[in-house]
Amino acid sequence: MTKVTVTVNGKSVSRDVEGRTLLSSFLRDGLGMTGTHIGCDTSQCGACVVHVNGAAVKSCSIFAVDVAGASVKTIEGMANADGSLGVIQQAFQDHHGLQCGFCTPGMVMTTAALLADNPKPTEAEVRHGLEGNICRCTGYHNIVKAVLAASGQDNPAVAAE
Amino acid sequence: MPKDSGIGASSKRREDVRFLTGRGRYTADIQLHGQTYAAFARSTHAHARIVSIDTSAAEAMEGVLAVFTGADFAAVGGNPAGWLIQSRNGEAMKEPKRPVLAHGKVRHVGDAYAAVIAETVEIARNAVEALEVEFEELPAIVDMAAAVADSTNRVHDEIADNICYDWGWIEDNRAAVDAAFKAAPHVTSLKLINNRLVPNAMEPRASIGVYDPGTEDYKLYTTSQNPHLTRLLIAAFVMGIPEHKLNVIAPDVGGGFGSKIYHYGEEALVLAASRRIGRPVKWVADRSEAFLTDAHGRDHVTTIELATDKQGNFLALRTETLANVGAYLSNFATVTPTFLHGTLMAGPYKTPLVYVNVKTVFTNTAPVDAYRGAGRPEATYSIERVVDKMCRELGLDPVAVRRQNFIQPDQFPYQTPVGLVYDTGNYGATLDKLMTLGNVSGFEARRAKSAANGKLRGFGLSTWVEACGIAPSALVGALGARVGLYDAATVRVNPTGNISVMVGAHSHGQGHETVFAQIVADKLGIPEANIDIVHGDTSKIPFGMGSYGSRSLAVCGSAMDRALDKVIAKGKKIAAHMLEAAEGDIVFEDGKFSVTGTDKAKTFGEIAFSAYVPHNYPLETLEPGLEETAFYDPANFTYPAGAYGCEVEVDPDTGRVEVVSFTCADDFGNVMNPMIVEGQVHGGVAQGIGQALLEGCTYDDNGQLLSGSYMDYTMPRADDLPMYTVDHSCITPCTHNPLGVKGCGEAGAIGSPPAVVNAVIDALQRGGMTKITHIDMPLTPSRVWAAINA
Repeated sequence: MTKVTVTVNGKSVSRDVEGRTLLSSFLRDGLGMTGTHIGCDTSQCGACVVHVNGAAVKSCSIFAVDVAGASVKTIEGMANADGSLGVIQQAFQDHHGLQCGFCTPGMVMTTAALLADNPKPTEAEVRHGLEGNICRCTGYHNIVKAVLAASGQDNPAVAAE
Repeated sequence: MPKDSGIGASSKRREDVRFLTGRGRYTADIQLHGQTYAAFARSTHAHARIVSIDTSAAEAMEGVLAVFTGADFAAVGGNPAGWLIQSRNGEAMKEPKRPVLAHGKVRHVGDAYAAVIAETVEIARNAVEALEVEFEELPAIVDMAAAVADSTNRVHDEIADNICYDWGWIEDNRAAVDAAFKAAPHVTSLKLINNRLVPNAMEPRASIGVYDPGTEDYKLYTTSQNPHLTRLLIAAFVMGIPEHKLNVIAPDVGGGFGSKIYHYGEEALVLAASRRIGRPVKWVADRSEAFLTDAHGRDHVTTIELATDKQGNFLALRTETLANVGAYLSNFATVTPTFLHGTLMAGPYKTPLVYVNVKTVFTNTAPVDAYRGAGRPEATYSIERVVDKMCRELGLDPVAVRRQNFIQPDQFPYQTPVGLVYDTGNYGATLDKLMTLGNVSGFEARRAKSAANGKLRGFGLSTWVEACGIAPSALVGALGARVGLYDAATVRVNPTGNISVMVGAHSHGQGHETVFAQIVADKLGIPEANIDIVHGDTSKIPFGMGSYGSRSLAVCGSAMDRALDKVIAKGKKIAAHMLEAAEGDIVFEDGKFSVTGTDKAKTFGEIAFSAYVPHNYPLETLEPGLEETAFYDPANFTYPAGAYGCEVEVDPDTGRVEVVSFTCADDFGNVMNPMIVEGQVHGGVAQGIGQALLEGCTYDDNGQLLSGSYMDYTMPRADDLPMYTVDHSCITPCTHNPLGVKGCGEAGAIGSPPAVVNAVIDALQRGGMTKITHIDMPLTPSRVWAAINA
């Protein structure tokens, strides 16, 4: 067991973890933060995406011990301080960018990193940027719209409907 | 002006807030005090006899609490088929036992033959590795034609030809159909494969069993589209638990698409294990287990023939299908290739004579059952592909041919030759809408532009009808169903006037919590925010048959509507007493009970309060309280229909297909929430494009699953798909349910695959490759390239 101290959504937490404990398990089982979901075993689906020091990371592909000292942000930390939905979350609701909700935390976290990197993406850039996140419900149409809307662009693809 | 609340409004989904903030509560998120973990030993052989299982080393491991094998369940019942199909020679279908854990033989890779319960997941998995098992390997039965031909090798020892049933529909019409083919001026034949798919809900299956030794009650948290059916199957068939001692809870469920309708052995195992060890037992599938054991979909091999005159008028249609059912009968495996497939073979057309033959075949593969559309995509694909092929053979316009064969609006209700009576429709209207929306007349200019870029552009069309709102109980009972397919709802008006509605439908992405509340709000004239929709808990809900077959609104929504009628009727009695008026003079409008022609009125809230504080109340004739339940059994199926158009660009150098536009003109009857309806179509179309171009579940000759992860099975991703153009303005309301709704959940997956394939064939034909008349799905670059370069 190794003691790991991490800042999660702005709060410092310390836990003893095994060397093999994945960040996704650390968040879900260690901290009880079950918003981060596990949808595959091969780092393909993206449901578990969180931010580590601002970068989007599939939390099933990194050990908890490897984030010692880092700042981790999860879906639980994405709302505004007053509890209202953040801009990206609100855009997903406004544009029906989610159905069953299972891929949604990963989609939101990937979107946040995507827009931080490229604040005014084109539709093609959004689709490319979401390539590591699988959604089985929406056919991506409304997710792409939500991301474009969250970027604040007056985008024809959003305005059309 | 679009409405901002109630029926027809694109109300934002209330469930989104918890999903967007990480506060959804899926089964895997639930942690119970004293929880233990189950892991399953799964066969790596497709077909083998279990010679021996030595559990002693596993049982001796620290932290292991129990080990189960098939022998532990030999005495209990099996997981039954939900529908009995009769073969065309009058024989009953074969129904082999489906045990909780394999006993005697394993029959597919992934078949569970033992389970370990331990203090942690890691210990449980390590203990599975410590099981000492001897198998006698048998030849794998994978190919359906070979399975039928070789009677010496059997998936189930007692079933000689590996055939579950050999079904003819409608047998009495067979001779007339054959005669029509003999006399026909033209016959088009096509052999096609409807590729096997894995549903791939993003949430893997999970179950937690909890036994309370004090009360002898069982509780099961599980990823189900259908908690009441799961309870019924476990209680009455699999484990013999009294139904009133078992509570099944399906909390937030991360998608289903059919795969979570059924009861699976893991659910029974965690309950039995919890009883044995006296602690909760949790199992969460990983994605590999999902690929190996979730019920797969489709997997038909079909020969379809269409008889026409030289003008393309349909004279008769005939099909022969081998349908793969896998190693065991999943709960609705037998009805999917028969009554959800053969009965749709008329499509939207007035084909006078149709005959369908389906042989359902056991193989050493995972069970196959209903997947989004369930039988109807297979029917639609066969029909729409053969119609297109016929048009090419006769040099006819595929748009005009479809139009001339449509059932006309004045012919409804329409009795098809395959048993269904379509209540209403206007297939010409949706086709017209598609031609406009998709700017089909501008296709030639777009094609020329693509050609200038070295790409082959094609347009593909699909016009289709489906049967939803499953289903009239008496009818399905006569056809072999072992269940009724009504639904139920309880409307509980609380003393302060807000409302809890307990519904039998289950939402796993469809947004019922929002849409059902819209309907209640509209009907009672109270704000949506004052209404809660409760689903997914058998201890709270009167009964229900769950969500699948685009049935939630059409069947359960109708039950809710009836219950609301009862609430209003009782409210009128209370209002009449309070307002000292005759009951017949009370009208209910905009949330108020008023005496007609006067300004005397009571609000809904005042009536509710009076019902629970009955100080001024007709107690001698009326019970206090305001809570009503209705069960609704539909009079008929509903028949959504539509016209879908797809444009593709094919790169002739690589064979890569890009869907450049996809347009849907649907008739769903009345639409309750346009935003949600459009989202349902988007998702269905994506799954249909996935089937057409990307997805293929593949076993090798030894029965090993080659496509067992997201690195091998191609899920559609954001950059594989276009924006869709979706329209639902053509409306012929359902004539037999109170909301006039037809259902929209499966349409996209039903209508889209043939449109995509027709578009690719069109592109290749226009590119001069006139010998290419068919390519089997998925149309991967290698398959298209191979066809181009054959």
